[in-house]
Amino acid sequence: MDSNLLVQYGPALLRGFGVTILCWAAGCAIGMALGFVIMLLRQIEVKPLRWLLRAYIEVIRGTPFLIQLFLLYSGGPAIGLRLEATTAGILGLGIYGSAYFAEIFRAGFQAVPKGQVEAAHSLGMPYGGILRRVILPAMLVSTVPALVNMMAILTKETVVLSIITVPELMYEMQTMAAETFASFETILGMALFYWLLVEAVSRLGRRMEARVTRFLSHPSNARA
Amino acid sequence: MKFSVIVDALPHLLGAAVTTIWISLLGVMLGQVIGVLVCVARQSGRRSLDVAGGVYVSFFRGVPLLIQLLLIYYMLPLIGIDVPPLVAAIGALSLASGAYVSEIYRGSLNAVPHGQSEAALALGFSAPTIWKRILLPQAFRISVPALVNELILLLKASSLISVVGVAELTRTSQTISASNFRPLEIYLAAGVIYLAINSALALFGALVERRLAQG
Repeated sequence: MDSNLLVQYGPALLRGFGVTILCWAAGCAIGMALGFVIMLLRQIEVKPLRWLLRAYIEVIRGTPFLIQLFLLYSGGPAIGLRLEATTAGILGLGIYGSAYFAEIFRAGFQAVPKGQVEAAHSLGMPYGGILRRVILPAMLVSTVPALVNMMAILTKETVVLSIITVPELMYEMQTMAAETFASFETILGMALFYWLLVEAVSRLGRRMEARVTRFLSHPSNARA
Repeated sequence: MKFSVIVDALPHLLGAAVTTIWISLLGVMLGQVIGVLVCVARQSGRRSLDVAGGVYVSFFRGVPLLIQLLLIYYMLPLIGIDVPPLVAAIGALSLASGAYVSEIYRGSLNAVPHGQSEAALALGFSAPTIWKRILLPQAFRISVPALVNELILLLKASSLISVVGVAELTRTSQTISASNFRPLEIYLAAGVIYLAINSALALFGALVERRLAQG
């Protein structure tokens, strides 16, 4: 690749990378928050509510992310939802992630031994306290690998945002490729870059995982 | 919301859905072949094959599909092969799914008791026969749920090939909504079609799984 190109397009690519990171971080945050709320709501024993949440998860997981984005960005204005591309992208990423995060949290919630919750209950802990001090810490530990995996997947999904013209890295890259006709080199460079990025996210995640679960391997905590 | 818009567009959308289905099926079938080959190569005990397979799997699982697709789309003409977008798209889908499938098989192979291949070896089976008669059939049965899941994932991922202009469901929805200015209705309809196909696949998967469990 011509080094002049990098000087010329460097700032745009950097800006694009910033937008990628912003969309990813905000999308993950929204997805996790929403997913957590959905998981909590699913614990309520009201049939219509359960059906509704179940349908939400099935619909999000059963349709392509791109279609969801188009619905939000192009279909939104028809019902008065006029969003800027980046906002729509972040929101779309968050909604898409929320269904998967909700399932991850649900699995983590179910993995908390019932006896611990009952024990806390019999000690007179209020439900909020049980949630905060018993369920959440145990959940955090057991769900970290799946959460990290989902965050790595969302890293890859950010490139789809370029299709609805969110000015993230992929979009800037395609602009550069179109203007310079250096399509192949640019895309190859981008492939290598994303390869490293996703690998970095996974590595970082594994480190976090080791940190969160470190006490599990402590001899005094070892289970027979 | 005007439902007449959906009714008018439905024949086109359904036709495009058929394209989506056969592209995904073809992608998964080629991916299946690639996946099995890569998996066998990685287990063959030759270090160079193992490393090459590992790099392949890591690359195609680590790089976003959209980039893989553009890479193949722009790379083939560069080395003198001028392919229609459809071929590039199917190639990208197969290569991507091959990487996932090889990992699925690797997991299932570990679930086949080691004693079985040792027993076959002791009985004088050759390595290819052990693979063909003992390991792969069992690995296949174990991996059916994961393979159906992979097909569903690929069907959703196939929406990305709209970018290179293949007239599948997503692309057709784009074209229709660009001409009738009714994106909400059209994309809703497309979403429902995707959902219906995926639900049918999931149901089919559960059926096959039950059948195989009976032996």
